[in-house]
Amino acid sequence: MTARLLRSGTLFWTVLFAVTWVLSSYSFQLYKAFDARWIVRFPKKWQLPLEDRISDFLDWLVEDASFHFFSFRDLTRAIAALIEAPYQVLRNVLIEGFSSGYGDTAVQIAPSLSWLAVIVTIMAVGHYARDWFLSVLVGVCFLYLAVFGQWESAMITLASVLIAVPIGVIGGLLLGIFAYRARWFERLIQPVLDLMQTVPVFAYLVPILILFGFGPVAALVATVIYAMPPMVRITIVALKTVPKEIVEAGMMAGCRKRQMMWKVLVPSAIPTLMVGVNQVIMLTLNMVIIASMIGAGGLGFDVLASLRRLDIGGGIEAGLGIVVMAIALDRASQAFADRSARHPLDGNLLQRHPWSGTVVLVIGATLILGQFVPAVQTYPDALTITTGPFWSDAMKWINVNFFDTFEAIKTVILQWLLLPVKKFFTGIPWAWGIIATGLMAWRVGGWKIGLLAALLMTFIATSGLWPKAMVTIYLCGVSVLIATLIGIPLGIWAAESPRAGRVILGLMDTLQTLPSFVYLIPVVMLFRVGDFSAMIAVILYALAPAVRYAAHGLKEVPPALIEAGLMSGCTRRQLLMRIKLPLATPQLYLGLNQTIMLALSMLVITALVGTRDLGQEVYIALTKANAGQGIVAGLSVAFIAIITDRIINALAAGQRDRLGI
Amino acid sequence: MKRVSLALTAMLAVAPALAAESSDPIKLTLHDWSGQLITTTLMGEVLKKAGYNVEYVQADYIAQFAGLKTGDLHVAMEIWETTGREAMDAAFETGDVVNLGETGLQAIEEWWYPAYMKERCPGLPNWEALKECAGEFSTPETAPFGRYLGGPVTWGGFDDERVEALGLDFEVVHAGTDAALFAELEAAYQRQDPIVLWVYAPHWAPAKYDGEFVEFPPFSPECYSDPSVGVNPDAAYDCGKPRGPIWKVSWAGLAEKWPGAAKAIENFNLSNADYGAMVTEVDLNGKSIDDTVAAWMEGNKDTWTGWIAK
Repeated sequence: MTARLLRSGTLFWTVLFAVTWVLSSYSFQLYKAFDARWIVRFPKKWQLPLEDRISDFLDWLVEDASFHFFSFRDLTRAIAALIEAPYQVLRNVLIEGFSSGYGDTAVQIAPSLSWLAVIVTIMAVGHYARDWFLSVLVGVCFLYLAVFGQWESAMITLASVLIAVPIGVIGGLLLGIFAYRARWFERLIQPVLDLMQTVPVFAYLVPILILFGFGPVAALVATVIYAMPPMVRITIVALKTVPKEIVEAGMMAGCRKRQMMWKVLVPSAIPTLMVGVNQVIMLTLNMVIIASMIGAGGLGFDVLASLRRLDIGGGIEAGLGIVVMAIALDRASQAFADRSARHPLDGNLLQRHPWSGTVVLVIGATLILGQFVPAVQTYPDALTITTGPFWSDAMKWINVNFFDTFEAIKTVILQWLLLPVKKFFTGIPWAWGIIATGLMAWRVGGWKIGLLAALLMTFIATSGLWPKAMVTIYLCGVSVLIATLIGIPLGIWAAESPRAGRVILGLMDTLQTLPSFVYLIPVVMLFRVGDFSAMIAVILYALAPAVRYAAHGLKEVPPALIEAGLMSGCTRRQLLMRIKLPLATPQLYLGLNQTIMLALSMLVITALVGTRDLGQEVYIALTKANAGQGIVAGLSVAFIAIITDRIINALAAGQRDRLGI
Repeated sequence: MKRVSLALTAMLAVAPALAAESSDPIKLTLHDWSGQLITTTLMGEVLKKAGYNVEYVQADYIAQFAGLKTGDLHVAMEIWETTGREAMDAAFETGDVVNLGETGLQAIEEWWYPAYMKERCPGLPNWEALKECAGEFSTPETAPFGRYLGGPVTWGGFDDERVEALGLDFEVVHAGTDAALFAELEAAYQRQDPIVLWVYAPHWAPAKYDGEFVEFPPFSPECYSDPSVGVNPDAAYDCGKPRGPIWKVSWAGLAEKWPGAAKAIENFNLSNADYGAMVTEVDLNGKSIDDTVAAWMEGNKDTWTGWIAK
């Protein structure tokens, strides 16, 4: 029975691939033979005028839409003012100081917190959250920012993170709770979340700028849109997985609906919820570069400006500044998640609150001392160090000595992998592409998913973006393939040897938070502008989830099954290949899914090295401030992501059924 | 009546700004290249000397027009004829953004090669030399054609058409951003490898690297629009690229809210040489933008006081 099913399955895929391959190779001949140009090019007159419609709609929204008493833009501007107020206060506290008046007439009322005070505060938070080790770690991270002369930019970035993260977390939590309570809302919000995560930020940047005004607030809004979805999803999952016993205990105690939520469900879900908080922090820091393009300033702006003048060292230092900030915030937030309640201390006020006391004392002392000794207030410029020349020289050395080797490798990969795959995908006639995607999705996940996939692909074709979508699929496909080939073995290694695991996972954290722009420029120097450079950038960025999920999946394999394997005399290799890996397949699929999502989200960045895909379309739309074009291209990217997501989830579900997990 | 206006003029001459003008800060936009930071800081400092309050806002080059239209932003000091025309025209059409005239800077953009290529391709900078030695510029991906690295597609420039019209055996490869463009130049220059690419001035690159622009047949509007004009009678674009000014633009309400400031910005004028020298100071000698601008203001007091005087 199984054998027959398998055979027919193999048959299905072989036939589908063969037909696609033949059509792709001979599409041009077909067009000539039947004199039917529609085979290779989607006819212009069938294209839907979506771009213009969306642009018109946005114009209307921005210029004319009103709710009787106030216009839509008044509303968004009011929201902007609401966000701006606390943000400005934070900026004043952290970097600018408080003053009244402008320019020459400005009078300083109070200085900002000194660098010493900020470091002591963050160390206190670290110690409070866990222990001295964490305290020192976050202290060193922030000291890095001071020593490498990035204090000012880092504080601006910190201010926006401290605003964006609470909004993202609280907003996500509330939406998640609502979705948990109302089934219809959960159904409604799922596709919206998909879109928020997969439509490239560049696509909706222009409307946001118009609605929320130019400057840091628009950047904050864009950041929140991008960083909130994981919080919503995790909240829903966390609330659903609260053990029944706890819920029942709550009911027995006579909790009302509101008490049930806030006193029972949310507190018991906190460990899982903290994973969401952590994700929001990471995604917020991912957005630092893009946010700086529309006026957030800070470290992201330093990265961009350094690379504009090819100061690679400066770019790396500022980029690492973002990484250390991410590490500090991430470790601290995780520590809060694990933190267990402690006994209150005895003694007087200072003895009971040793850390708060120290912080207040240090802030007070530096405030006064800073008036007389400037070094206490601002880290002295003379003591900053820079590694800039080292990086530039290293880059030059690699470039001069190894370029020929790289060039040879590149030529081989281009000729034997990239170009054939590109030809295959770009050759597929659009009509068959829609049908084939539908068939694939149907076969894996049933007719609903099949229909959805076909419809979404039809949208892409009717927007006239078919060729660019195919280039996108080819570039992401090849990159994901290579990222998986590198990532899964690394993940296995990380799971098998804890020591290697720490190094590898740390490296993955760095790769994910280091702004891709930092390594994009060296990659271009070594591999020139083109698809190959884009591919390397995508691989570097999308590697992390492949590694992480593989490691996680292997660690999650029930120990009983491993015991059983050992008892029956498996070698280490057999244990891995026969027991651990098959059981970890659902996790591997999840990793693959995330790899694809990240690869797609890198698309816009690859446009910066000159690819001709949907990312470029989004980027062109941005530079021309064409909101409609950007959104249509952004939706196309999102639809590709959604189709692959549904297909892979169906695969993973099938695998889980087979394994009986 | 005449006496009143005379008196007013005299008063304004003494305190040019403070008369009836708003004390709200004038928001100038900053982008991510040093030249623009210099012109903007220079303008901002001069306005401060005239008694205005000034605020610098970081903004994307094209996306800033959204802010200029609504009055969230007020002044953009560098809109290049060559790269910003389309966005600028779209903004002018709405009537919410106005042109404050030229900065005095002239943008040049053209094919450019490092000096060491002259040995391998004698006959440069004349464009006809490129016909003979396209092979010198080829790479594995483009062989047997030469490889020309063009600007981002959004810059336009008609290089694909130019290559066709002039019968050059080159393939045009588009960089995605100018950071990528100059990264390739830096790398090729370090290895002394062949390269010909789109370079524009004023910029730090022509100052840092030794090299020249290719000399194409000079540009004329007819050459772009009329195939029969130029060396190839059957094709348009058979000439070099146009050179154009760099413009200053502002929110339309500027002249009403700060009339004196609007005048001062209109008067702003800087030469390519002064600008190039300042960019070199910042990008190649590592000086800070504030110091460089302060030094220029020290040395050219007459020039900038002329901008704010009535």
